[in-house]
Amino acid sequence: MSATLTLLHDGRSDEIAVADPARPAIPADSLEETLGWDLQPEGLCRGMVCVPVDQSALVRGDGLDLGVLADALQRPLVTDEQHAVAALGASHHERGEALTSLEAPDFTLPDLDGNLHALSDQRGKKVLLVAYASW
Amino acid sequence: MADLYGMINVPTILWIDEEGRIARPNDVAFGSNQFKEMTGIDSEAHLERLRAWVRGEGPAMTPEEVRAAQSLPTAAEQEARAEFTLAWWLSQRGHGEDAEPHYVRAGELAPHDFTIRRGTMLIRGLDPMGEDFMKIVNEWTESGNAFYRPLEPVSAS
Repeated sequence: MSATLTLLHDGRSDEIAVADPARPAIPADSLEETLGWDLQPEGLCRGMVCVPVDQSALVRGDGLDLGVLADALQRPLVTDEQHAVAALGASHHERGEALTSLEAPDFTLPDLDGNLHALSDQRGKKVLLVAYASW
Repeated sequence: MADLYGMINVPTILWIDEEGRIARPNDVAFGSNQFKEMTGIDSEAHLERLRAWVRGEGPAMTPEEVRAAQSLPTAAEQEARAEFTLAWWLSQRGHGEDAEPHYVRAGELAPHDFTIRRGTMLIRGLDPMGEDFMKIVNEWTESGNAFYRPLEPVSAS
């Protein structure tokens, strides 16, 4: 059996060929391009950081087990098998570390005319960030 | 933005200084007293502190005070956001019925996250300004929880 899984992560969407949408695996050679991590003998590595992982559980014949990968990276993974879509959320540790660094996470949003503005464009000014909703 | 900053309700405000550092973490503040009777939150206290900070006449919080006042995202909150992401994707493609269990699960994981619970009401055919909203707010507050959780007044650094 072969199918295409839509993987929602980090504000983007990737289409990945999988053997079994119920137990998705991603090709080992696309790990770095897709998630920014690389599988090394010491574990999953990104830059100077390596995370230990049970490689006997991670590495399967059809790729890297996405559930094991998510657990190792402490990222939540939720799936909808019927529609072959999965969402890989952000690690609460990474979000927490980013916030306690006190460096305001950058983002880009459009104004009413569709022009994009990044928070970092405001560097040099004091910024009041207001999140509101009209519902 | 809610995910990046761990926002769970609106309004949420932050102060960010000239170097791009958080000078005041997530707080509840209104631009006017239009809703004061309902929320009990006086907008003027925050506006006075804000004006003083912008003019360089008053302090922000120290880094230690900011960190002490931060509510950092939990594993359950991040899982709720993943459920929301999945559900929203399904909704946008006409699979509202299949999205619903994921919206419900997100609400179970993070019942205090009204950016998800209220923010998804319209697309779920619920009223975010009427009875549907008041039902979840009343359930939440009658369980002893506050709908708005503003920071304590800023102490001088």
